[in-house]
Amino acid sequence: MYDMFKVKAEAVGSEVHRFGTKADSLNFLVSLLKREEIKDAPGFYAVWAECPIFQGSEVKNLTKTVPGLKFDVTRQLAKDSKIGVTQAAWGLANTGTIVQSSFAVEQRLASSLPWIHVALLNTGNIIADLAALTAKVHPKKNDYTALITGPSRTADIERVLAIGVHGPERLIIICIDEMGR
Amino acid sequence: MKKAFAKSIHTALKNQNLAGILDRWNYPDARAKAYEGIDFEALRTQIAEIKGSASNHLNELAESFKRVAEANGAKVFHAHSPHEAKDYITNLCKTKGVKKIVKSKSIASEEIHLNKHLIKEGIQTDETDLGEWIVQLANQTPSHFVMPALHLTKEEISGLFSKEVNKPLSNDIQQLVKVARKELREKFFDADMGISGANIAIAETGTLVIVTNEGNARLVATLPKIHVAIVGLEKLVPKYSDMVPILMALPKSATSQLMTSSVSMITGPTPNDDGTLKDFHIILMDNKRTEMAKDVKFKQALQCIRCGSCLNVCPVYRLVGGHVFGHIYNGGIGTILTAWFHELKATEDIQGLCIGCGKCKEVCPGKIDIPELILELRRRLALKQGLPFIYKSALSVINNRRLFHTMLRAASIAQKPFAKDGFIRHLPMFLSGLSEYRSLPTIAPLPFREMFKKIKQPKSKTKVAFFSGCAIEFVFPKIGEAVVKILNKAGIEVLFPEAQSCCGIPHWGSGAFDMAALAAAHNIKPLLESDVEHVVTACATCATALKKEWPHVLKDEKMETLIPAAEILAAKTVMFSELVNRLIKEKRLVAKDGQTLQRLTYHDSCHAKRHVGVYKEPREALIAVGYEMKEMSENDTCCGMGGSYTVKQPKLSMKMLERKLKNIGDTGVDYVSAECPGCLIQLAGGLDKKKSKIKAKHPAELMQDKFK
Repeated sequence: MYDMFKVKAEAVGSEVHRFGTKADSLNFLVSLLKREEIKDAPGFYAVWAECPIFQGSEVKNLTKTVPGLKFDVTRQLAKDSKIGVTQAAWGLANTGTIVQSSFAVEQRLASSLPWIHVALLNTGNIIADLAALTAKVHPKKNDYTALITGPSRTADIERVLAIGVHGPERLIIICIDEMGR
Repeated sequence: MKKAFAKSIHTALKNQNLAGILDRWNYPDARAKAYEGIDFEALRTQIAEIKGSASNHLNELAESFKRVAEANGAKVFHAHSPHEAKDYITNLCKTKGVKKIVKSKSIASEEIHLNKHLIKEGIQTDETDLGEWIVQLANQTPSHFVMPALHLTKEEISGLFSKEVNKPLSNDIQQLVKVARKELREKFFDADMGISGANIAIAETGTLVIVTNEGNARLVATLPKIHVAIVGLEKLVPKYSDMVPILMALPKSATSQLMTSSVSMITGPTPNDDGTLKDFHIILMDNKRTEMAKDVKFKQALQCIRCGSCLNVCPVYRLVGGHVFGHIYNGGIGTILTAWFHELKATEDIQGLCIGCGKCKEVCPGKIDIPELILELRRRLALKQGLPFIYKSALSVINNRRLFHTMLRAASIAQKPFAKDGFIRHLPMFLSGLSEYRSLPTIAPLPFREMFKKIKQPKSKTKVAFFSGCAIEFVFPKIGEAVVKILNKAGIEVLFPEAQSCCGIPHWGSGAFDMAALAAAHNIKPLLESDVEHVVTACATCATALKKEWPHVLKDEKMETLIPAAEILAAKTVMFSELVNRLIKEKRLVAKDGQTLQRLTYHDSCHAKRHVGVYKEPREALIAVGYEMKEMSENDTCCGMGGSYTVKQPKLSMKMLERKLKNIGDTGVDYVSAECPGCLIQLAGGLDKKKSKIKAKHPAELMQDKFK
């Protein structure tokens, strides 16, 4: 399932990484934040919307190593951020889609306003397709569900592909095995 | 045809940006790739069933959607007219003090000219879909459902943006997109209200599904504190699971993607970042949709999912673009929607743009028979306003066999000053347009029915009746002769029922269903008179009448008593190539030994391929006798003949022909073959005018003398 997900997600311009442990994925994430020069200045923040994978102090301490990482996601902070981090609920293998429960405004702001969207995903939550999703997620329990397939794109000018027209230019998906099911 | 309309076609033809863009995209291949591994027929059958049955209960679905969505916390307004929808929004703006609005794409809002209305009310309204924004800046309407600014070049867009941001910009597309991002980002943050459309509205759960590639619908639904979604009633489906097939097809058909980048499923109001809850309004808009649902024929148009695939494959749309259609909706489906949402009269001219090739019907994920509905529009217009006198009288002449005959014989003499080697290359004065790009065939000195009497046939128990059709009768009698001689080789005796006349397709295609039904009535009895094994036609257009349309047209015209006979006839009718291919397989026809014949490409006539489904048989038969087959690109795209289309829309017809001739020329063959005399007139005339060495021939001509 993961292999197909990776192929399809990369085909639409997403970047997909896989880690066995939470610790390894966090190391990768921190190095990514540093590589992207996240700092405490408008335009260079990173906003972190709640990700159940990582609890409290596990990540709160990161602000020491990465100043500019913000956990209080407001529209202004998200606008001034280079990176937004969220956790996806599901992955759909046959289209390379991530599925986000978007009721909380933080999830929507962090995934749609910054230049780079980093989505954490439990590798075990990759399912086959849209039909499989409808069996798992019901609108009655989710007032806003977002399906995200690759970065924001347009071909409105001469059918030429351009990335990042309104939303993120890059979508980085970090799959983590450790969480089990 | 009105002058203004003729002028708009003329202008459109001068601007071929769109055709170039569509060519570079290569939609047919990209689409096919997106659908790889998916049973498209099964998928679209499922969509047609879901949306078809939903359209039987639009009001009930709207009511249950309203009930559920309101329980979820949304406010739902069922608007019957455009007026009601617009008033609801302006009142809301007044109550909430809305000064600025951002919009993501909503064709329903275009349909009611919402932007114009809001701006008049003093409310700043900005489109945020890149294409829609460009079109708004250019003060134009969208030329395509999915890609509204497809008709503009990057240079033109750069000009528009430069004016908007007050500084000169380059023509680099990536940079232009970034300029739009920056400009529009601020508008999102400043707006008091976001307006969106929706692609699917699920009654069971009160959910709206909104699909965008740019992600602007998410911002429209997230950043302003008020969200208003305008939803046409045809977007309603009963169940949550109904969303799946529609979402599977829409991205593939619309943009050849497996999935659109951003899909939002919104079921109720969500929090803003200050802790307040979104003020969420849904306008369910009727604007004649329930009226349309009550119309037996047009009900199926509500199965449209607005993917635009019908535009992408339409040979006319690629030439003229979207604006000649006049209103908001473009292309074939747009013509149909305009007739309902606007008025029938508005389609008087644009319905004539459809050549009836049927390409759109093949790809429609809603399984809508667009050409049939256009024909129905034509029929209703003809009923209401009558056919133009000149067509009506021409069509009456065709139906009167004796008169038609006499006139054509007279024409065969009168044409002499212009004719050479079977072609007319120059016509005087007002007729010159007809022979500008294509030589016209001459009327044969001896019609087929006279020639037939002179053919010596062996007597046989196995008999078939030959239906020649007008073109073989008067222009290509030699094709008829070849048919008879080949069938004789298989031990079949051919009868020619003398009382036969025109098949009625020209009448049908002009919307004169009554005259087409008369043509059917006139022919059925003589064709079934002798006990024959088959009725053979070598003309794809006549085959469409005999094999398919006669029973329908008789039903439409309340001549039901003739339907059983028409159905017997339909079952008996075969196309020449169909029969020959079968005879070859049964070894009743055997090719002469060791024949290596010339190279050949095959043009599928629209009628043969998409109406009667005969396209493998002629190829197999021609290869079996020894021809080397080389397929051309777009082998089943219309050549532009379309019966009287070439007379009514000569410029479009010729543009289609030019493209076809290029595709034929690129194969480097000796012959192009088609089992349709109409196509042969078009192709042979075009090749002659270009002084090409390639000859256009009917399969019967190419196979004559090739059997033992």
